Amino acid sequence: MVDAPSGRSLVVDAVTHRYPSGALAVENINLDIKGGEIIALLGPSGCGKTTLLRIIAGFIAQTQGRIIIGDDIVDALPPNKRAVGIVFQNYALFPHLSISENVAYGLAARGIDKATRQREAQRLLELVQLPAMAERLPRQLSGGQQQRVALARALAIKPSILLLDEPFAALDKNLRLDMQIEVKRLQRVSGITTLIVTHDQEEALSMADRVAVLSHGKLEQFGSPSDVYDRPQTLFVNTFVGSTNRLPGVVVSADRTEAKVRLDAGAEIIARPAGGALSEGGRVTVCIRPEHLQFVGDETGFAGVVGMSLPLGATVVHEVTTADGSGVKVSQARIGETRALENGAAVRLAPLAPSLANAFPATL
Amino acid sequence: MGAAPAARDVTSYGMGLAAPLALFFLVFFVAPLLQLFWLSLHNDTAGLHWGLGQYLHFLTDPFSLGVLGSTLLLGAEVTAVCLVLGFPIAWLYQRVGPKLQTVIILIVLLPLLTSVVVRTFAWIVILGRQGIINATLQSLGLIDTPLKLLYTQFGVVIALAQVQMPLMTLPLITALGRIDPNLDDASCSLGAGSWRTFFRIVLPLSLPGVIAGCTLTYAASITAFITQSLIGGGQMLFMPMYLYQQASTLQNWPFAAAISIIFLLAVLAVVSVFTTLGRMSRGYGGA
Ligand SMILES: Nc1ncnc2c1ncn2[C@@H]1O[C@H](COP(=O)(O)OP(=O)(O)OP(=O)(O)O)[C@@H](O)[C@H]1O
Ligand SMILES: [Mg+2]
Repeated sequence: MVDAPSGRSLVVDAVTHRYPSGALAVENINLDIKGGEIIALLGPSGCGKTTLLRIIAGFIAQTQGRIIIGDDIVDALPPNKRAVGIVFQNYALFPHLSISENVAYGLAARGIDKATRQREAQRLLELVQLPAMAERLPRQLSGGQQQRVALARALAIKPSILLLDEPFAALDKNLRLDMQIEVKRLQRVSGITTLIVTHDQEEALSMADRVAVLSHGKLEQFGSPSDVYDRPQTLFVNTFVGSTNRLPGVVVSADRTEAKVRLDAGAEIIARPAGGALSEGGRVTVCIRPEHLQFVGDETGFAGVVGMSLPLGATVVHEVTTADGSGVKVSQARIGETRALENGAAVRLAPLAPSLANAFPATL
Repeated sequence: MGAAPAARDVTSYGMGLAAPLALFFLVFFVAPLLQLFWLSLHNDTAGLHWGLGQYLHFLTDPFSLGVLGSTLLLGAEVTAVCLVLGFPIAWLYQRVGPKLQTVIILIVLLPLLTSVVVRTFAWIVILGRQGIINATLQSLGLIDTPLKLLYTQFGVVIALAQVQMPLMTLPLITALGRIDPNLDDASCSLGAGSWRTFFRIVLPLSLPGVIAGCTLTYAASITAFITQSLIGGGQMLFMPMYLYQQASTLQNWPFAAAISIIFLLAVLAVVSVFTTLGRMSRGYGGA
């Protein structure tokens, strides 16, 4: 049995899985995760996140590819030999066992004596700040408390990899933030390689060292939160992570680092070819985030008419209709007294910097 | 009365709805039972002398106590066989596709769909001296003389177990179906093997079903008059047949009445042990 203290590396090598029903759930996924990293698997519902997690834990045997933990190819190992801790979306606490028995369950399975088991369970319950709940049954705890017990139970076996399937989905906003901080703290202390499945992009960006974005079973991008947010490699990543404006246009000229694009909205702008090289004359979709657009006074940029302004606390979002009729959102920081924009005012818009406009080959 | 209109408790239903069934029970169950009890308190068949003589007779007669004992033992054996054979079937049911589930349910229910008499004669054909089992074993050269299967405790237990199997399997299927499949995976990922997972997680959580199944199987098998008498034959005597002989053949109604009361109390005792266990395990069930 693998009993490394923590922080083993995890390699997902060309993993493909097709369910017996014929559904292709994950397709050729490659992830190279260093020991001690915290990784978020981010993607919309049904994109194969849970499937990938269950493959790593050993509950599903993948159709193709390998899972390597540390230096071991673990494909032939059953889940109980992989030393992978998992926290299920519905917690899956044993309803007939007390909280401390739940936490000590994995230790009992390893033949550790009762006194040590109890001491260890108590230590872990203190770690997740529930020392007084040891004798209760799971149903006597709130959702957030059950969540923490599930975490303590998974940590008890000192796993080399920790998998969390949408761990905070059922919690309200404040508790979720507390738990996110808590998990991150525990992860830093223990150094356990951690994989968090989520479809909440804020969670992914705030907690993870690196984010793997999945769509329809395929890996779209695997990089740091700022890579994923600022330098998205695909149109899907750009639109799924954060919000963005999509402006259609035609490439006027392009090299590897810069492309001049004539927008249908009526201006030429410089954009970054984000998804590989662009060909001259090809149609592209340019993505610019609302906070990366600015109002300009001169004749640069493209024209539009202000529709509605929504003050959202720290920012104000303006809805602008461009010459070709598409809607664009512009977000402005509210510094002092922001210039009020009247409904129907004519404005001109331009990206803050060329690197903040991403051009992708149009798919249609 | 205050000024406010009297609030009506909408959760109480009129007892009137239960009246027909209550009346039925009163006339056809409670009344005969009372009559039976009254009858059992007579020392002679003519019903002239009051007393506890019939009870004393039963409780001091080794033969009668033997019949009671072997009947209760028979119930225990049938229940054990049903549990051991039924649990894997119920477990399997939760792990196969919907098509196989239908097949399993059909097989489980089959004994209920055939007549007791037909089913019992089928067992006679299977277990008899020239029956299917003996013929097969002999033609294979495994035995020289036929085994005695019919008219034995073994034969009765096997035949009863087949008949009562649905009473065990159906509650088990329900109980196992209520267990969150993630619990299996959780146990496994915590390092537990299949056996530990079974004994620490699956079995305790299915206890309500086990107890319901055992209660039903037990009660049904000790009172199964036809199967007991046809497969057991003359040599094996169990309470229902004993009772029948006393009442019908020997016309000893007071003694027969006392036997039924004692049998009833013995069964109630066993069933209440089961239900107490069930109540204790209820804490497990609801997840
Ligand atoms: N047991 C199964 N048999 C057949 N297909 C399945 C099975 N489980 C999942 N799928 C399919 O595989 C795909 C991926 O499912 P998966 O559960 O991995 O998604 P997910 O990313 O976890 O979604 P969510 O965010 O909703 O939990 C889905 O299209 C789903 O319909
Ligand atoms: Mg999922």
